[in-house]
This record gives sequence, structure tokens and C-alpha cells, in this order.
Amino acid sequence: MVEFRYRDDEVTEQPSVTLDAFLDQSNATAVRLEPDDDARKLIPFLDRLTLIEVAFPKFRDGRGYSSARILREAGYTGELRAQGDVLVDQIAFMRRCGFDSFAPEGSLNPDAVERALSTYDQFYQKAADAAVPVWKLRHG
Amino acid sequence: MYKYDNYDQAIVDARVAEFRDQVNRRMAGEITEDQFKPLRLMNGLYLQLHAYMLRVAIPYGTLDSRQMRMLAHIARKYDRDYGHFTTRQNIQYNWIKLEECADLLEELASVEMHAIQTSGNCIRNISSDQYAGAAADEVADPRPWAELLRQWSTFHPEFSYLPRKFKIAVIASPEDRAAMRLHDIGLELVKQDGELGARVFVGGGMGRTPMIAPEINPFVKADDLLSYIEACLRVYNRYGRRDNIYKARIKILVHEIGADEYRRQVAEEFAHVKTLGIDPPLAELERISAFFAAPAFDAADVEPDRSDPDFAVWLDQNVKPHKQAGYAIVNISLKPIGGIPGDASSAQIDVMADLAEKYSFDELRVTHAQNIVLPHVAKRDLYAVWQALREADLANANLDLISDIIACPGLDYCSLANARSIPIAQKIATRFADAERQRDVGELKLKISGCINACGHHHAGHIGILGVDKKGVENYQLTLGGSGAEDVSIGKITGPGFDEDGIVDAVEKAVEKYRELREGDERFVDTYRRVGMDPFKEAIYG
Repeated sequence: MVEFRYRDDEVTEQPSVTLDAFLDQSNATAVRLEPDDDARKLIPFLDRLTLIEVAFPKFRDGRGYSSARILREAGYTGELRAQGDVLVDQIAFMRRCGFDSFAPEGSLNPDAVERALSTYDQFYQKAADAAVPVWKLRHG
Repeated sequence: MYKYDNYDQAIVDARVAEFRDQVNRRMAGEITEDQFKPLRLMNGLYLQLHAYMLRVAIPYGTLDSRQMRMLAHIARKYDRDYGHFTTRQNIQYNWIKLEECADLLEELASVEMHAIQTSGNCIRNISSDQYAGAAADEVADPRPWAELLRQWSTFHPEFSYLPRKFKIAVIASPEDRAAMRLHDIGLELVKQDGELGARVFVGGGMGRTPMIAPEINPFVKADDLLSYIEACLRVYNRYGRRDNIYKARIKILVHEIGADEYRRQVAEEFAHVKTLGIDPPLAELERISAFFAAPAFDAADVEPDRSDPDFAVWLDQNVKPHKQAGYAIVNISLKPIGGIPGDASSAQIDVMADLAEKYSFDELRVTHAQNIVLPHVAKRDLYAVWQALREADLANANLDLISDIIACPGLDYCSLANARSIPIAQKIATRFADAERQRDVGELKLKISGCINACGHHHAGHIGILGVDKKGVENYQLTLGGSGAEDVSIGKITGPGFDEDGIVDAVEKAVEKYRELREGDERFVDTYRRVGMDPFKEAIYG
């Protein structure tokens, strides 16, 4: 269940299909990526997708962070959802990688999530969010 | 030395607040130990055999006297009056209380220090050459590049849950004093047509499968560096193995797919990443470099008075030439005979801080061999420095000799260890306590690990010792012929292992065999390479 969403548009009702199913039958508008799926395979189809769900079966498996960035770097603007073993202390990194909705398996404390997202005002590196990296602030 | 601006300070301060919150949630039971573990690990906090151990980052091994005094203060206030300098140029405290940890980090932050990413499956502290800025053979000071990488890697959102830990070293000399090719990524700064860039090596490491990193790119320009390294990491994050913790390091990936295929994938990824604008302008590297400008050297080039024989011995062994006439590099050995390699008391740490402030332009370095360096000492001050070091029991004249042992904490502290390392180091150093004999043996890098994870760098030892558990009894394997320097190589095992006393005897037999066989000014490792394993094997087991 989507617990945190940072978008204003309507939630997609269509259930997401696997990457293989999507590549076979590409009229779906929602797709789900497992950690070992290559996100680059979706790049030709991004404009017809409204939801990409990235699975985190174990929070220690960080492949989904790269998947998210690759999709945003390729211009995907639809909903990018982190689903599964998503914990409070991963959400800030996930937001920076381009995720804008979260469906954690275990319920998260909204205050703790809010705190985690507001802890840092400055970031050293450019990522998939709008944050201006420190080096750019230094040099304009 | 690099100084934080408001941005750097804000990030470190925020980290303290975040960690305080995480500890509070753990202590209130809101998160489980399993969930807390990766969080505390990303902040260098381990649960060891007896207590929490905190690893504090010393970026590229450089610190000033104020920071060094803080390390002494931390040891006094939060630990048992000592600290342990590590092979990754960091310091560890062994007796930390979880509830005091946030206060400790707040004190560190007040002197621009932290424990960020000193553990966990993320990009660790960037290490470098301890003689940076002082060595005559460097093409540039490698530390600005290391600082650029420190900032880029700090809280990198994509690379904080990698398959495994990730270590980067940067050097800028043909002589490798940082075991560069035994890192996940090793960078060697080189000049091409007058322009400074980096030779990039990927996929080195020790652990249970030691590998020497192959060259992946002969020259990456300064303003492409972060894009290129980001591409290297992205390929690893995508394909690095996650099914087996022992096969998860990047060295296994590079080995399995081959350097050529890895290079091809990185090139493809780089072509994309380079379009994203993640590289800072060269002005940022210039801004950082300004902090590392050479100090105001002004001492006359006078040779020190060698009439005190003990001083002369130390001078010959521990003091190295400086690029600036009139100056020298002083190595402070933390390897007293019978002591614990890398340990220093709070009082000793304070003494070293005072000496740095008075005699070394306020700078100290930590070496991967677990010693301390005063990088810029005027030759006219060497005798005074030596006298002060001797007072503090810090004038051990054994740099790079057999008693200058690298040893991991081993089973005395570490929850991963199979065997004790420290007592073996103590026994070997004691066996070779005769200073003249040690000097006659000459350069001999002896390294001890208490388990297969190889934190004591045994694979890279001219003589290496690996502690294993053999049916409940500590057993020690011997390797010969490794090196972590520019002549990098992986040691080979001699044969069956030994018990605690047997390993000391075996080391002595190997050393005596070398003395018998050596030709000219061959070092132990040179003789081994010339004659091979057999004569040593015969001496040890025959």
C-alpha cells in the first residue's frame, strides 16, 4: 500500500506487470522492476508509462537506487515507487534517486519520515532530484 | 590542509543530529538491531566481542594538531585512555558506550571530523600517500583529488547500499606507499602533455580472494573524474554479486567478466553519465588545492649533528628525504618491541600533536602501516623532535624493519577473528628485539591477520601470517613474497600451519635463510623472488 506519495496527480489504478510481461505486451501503463531487471530496457517506452514500481525485497540490496536514477535520467516523469523493505533511513536517499512514492511493507512513523527528509539541507553531489549540489552553490 | 566551509560543517552537524535520532530510536525499541545495524555501521560503529567499537575517519590520513588533540581527548573521556590507528589511516576506539556516541560525534564535529562511512557497504574513507605534499617523487599533491572524492562519496544516494564495502586510494608518485592496487579503485595521478589526470585501476583487494587491480583507464581528465568513477560504481552496483558475501567485492566482478568487458561497460556508462553534468568545474578542484599549498618553508639546509649514536640510528631509519631542501619527513613508529601495533595512549597522541604544532607546520599523517608522520620538519629541529619522542617512548627506530608489524586487532577484540594477532606480533618483535640484527635484516614488511578477511594485509607482506581456527585451536599459516608497494604481489603459502610458538620459529628460520642466501643489497623479498619458495620451505620444514 502506498503510504507516502510526493506527487499531485491521480494514483494509477492499473496493476503493474513484470518487465518480461511488459516487453511482450506493451499496452500496460504500469510495470514492476525486480532488483535484477535492467531498467534500461524500459527506456524506449517511458512516455507510455504512468507508474514504475521498483521492488526492494531486502533493504540491503541497493540495485533499485540505480534503476531509479537511470529512469529519471532518461526523462521518465511518471510515478516512481519504491516497494518492499523500505525503511525510514533509506527514504532520503531514495528521494534523491528520483523515487516519489513509497509502499513500505512495514508501516513507517510519518514523523520519523518527515524528520529523515528534512535532516539535510545541503548535498555534495548532483543526483536525480532538484537539489543544487554544494559545488554549484560555491561556484554559481 | 582542507578547512570546512559552512556547507561542509552543516553536513557533518546534520549527521550528528541524525545519528542521535537513530540511537534514540534504537534505545526506545522503535527499530530492531537488524535495522539499526546498517545505520550504525555507516557511521563506523561496530558491536565487537566486548563492547562497541567506533572508527573515526581521518580523510587521506591528514590531520592537524587540534584534531589530533581531540583524538586524545576522546580516548580519555570516552574510552580507556588509548586509541588504535588502522591500516586505512583511521583511528578506532574499542570501548565505546552506545548512549555516549552522539556526544562523542558532536565533539569530533567541532574540529571538522566525523565517522561517516567508515564502515558499511558504501564508499569508505579515501586513503592516500602519507608523504603527500612532502615527497620528492610526486607529480602533484594527491590530497585535493582525495578531498574531491570524499565530498562526492559522502552520502552518495545511489551508492550507499552497494554489494559490499568500497575502498578508494589516490597516489601521485611512482613509488606506491598506499597499497593503491590493492583497493577497489586505485588512482595514480599522472601527467600527459602537461595536463594532470588519473590512471584508474579497478578491482584490487585482499580478503579471502586477493587480487591486484588491473588498469582500466590510462588517463582520466580532472573534469571527467567524478563521471568516470560514478560509471565504475554504477556498473558494479548493477552487476556485483549479492548472492554470496564473499564474492561481492568488485574484484570478483572484474575478474569474472574480465578487465576488457568491465572497461567496455564503464566506457558505455560513462558516455551517458558525462551528459548529466555531475562534474564540478575545475574551479572546485582549484579551490580545494589552495588549501594544500606548500607551507612557508624557510629553514636553511643544515645537516643534523649525528654525534649522539641513538639519534643517528633513528635518523637513518625513520627520517626520509623531503622535496624541500632543509626539511625532512619524520616517521613516528607506533611499534615498540612488545607493544600493540598501532596503539597510542592519550598522552602520546598529545605529544605528537604538540610536535606537529611546533615543528611540522601543524600537520600530521597516519600511515597504512599504522604509524604517524610529521611531514615537514626542519632538519635543524630533528634532534629536538627525537628527544621529545624518546621521552614519550615514541622514538622506536624500526621503520620498515621486521618489528614494524602491521597487525589487525584479532581475537583480542574482533568478533570476526579466528585467532589472536597482537600476541603473535608481540612475540615476533620480541624475538627480533636486537636492533642490530633487525637492521642487518633490513626492509622486511611483516603483516598479520587474525582471519581470512585480511585486515592485517598478510597477502601483501614480504612475510605474511594468517591466523585460522583449526578444530578449535589457533593455527597460523605463513606466506612469503607479497608486497603492497609499486612491486605489488600476493604472497604464497609455505605449507602446513604452525601453533603460536611454531610460527615465531618459522619466521626466524625464513629470515635466517634469507641472510644466508642474499646477494648484494637484496631485501628479503628480492631474495625470495630470485630463489623461489623451495630453499625457504626446506629451512622451515626440513
